Amino acid sequence: MVLECGKRDGFKRRATVVSQLTRASRMRSKLQTALEASVLEIEDVSHQHAGHAAMREGANSNGETHFNLIVVSPKFEGQSLVKRHRMVYDALADELQSGLHALSIVAKTPQEIVLNPK
Amino acid sequence: MFLAYDVKDNPVMLYMKGVPELPQCGFSSLAIRVLKPYQVPLASRNILEDPELKSAVKAFSHWPTFPQIFIKGELVGGSDIILNMHQNGELKEKLKEISGSQENKSEVNC
Repeated sequence: MVLECGKRDGFKRRATVVSQLTRASRMRSKLQTALEASVLEIEDVSHQHAGHAAMREGANSNGETHFNLIVVSPKFEGQSLVKRHRMVYDALADELQSGLHALSIVAKTPQEIVLNPK
Repeated sequence: MFLAYDVKDNPVMLYMKGVPELPQCGFSSLAIRVLKPYQVPLASRNILEDPELKSAVKAFSHWPTFPQIFIKGELVGGSDIILNMHQNGELKEKLKEISGSQENKSEVNC
């Protein structure tokens, strides 16, 4: 219970938690819709880049700026790595406009995972 | 547009944060660490020094992040992709002709 917190405090804290979940969950649904991913792992690694010069520009990004992605999608079949990354970037265009700064992307087809599980 | 000349004139052209001797971001640093051992001339521009250059490059390549690595005029991608190409041998293949023929090419000054 957080009885000792004032109403405002409690509200603020909740608001922060909600917005922190937001980018990752928005990314999840956008990637899911665009790529029909069978595996979709999204890891927020923003803390590793805190204080990094460029991060001070993106003040409204709630600290959600850097992510590691693993995406397995049948839509990657026959596509070069550049094309696969472009497909991911296209799906996340709005996020990239609003403070998402960098993605580390592993983009595989379901077959590639079966043949070479690493 | 000067970017078209950049990538045409320089077999390996990087748009990065910092300079090859002192990259200022982990991803740019990774790209340099991957490319250096191939001993090909690395031309680069530092996008941290020039916000206009940064937007111009993004618009030119339709690629939202940095570094951006162009080999023989073609965007190959960022640090993830260059590392991948190094690991699967594709990079060696791509850079093969460059090391022999472009020895005296100097770096682009920003």
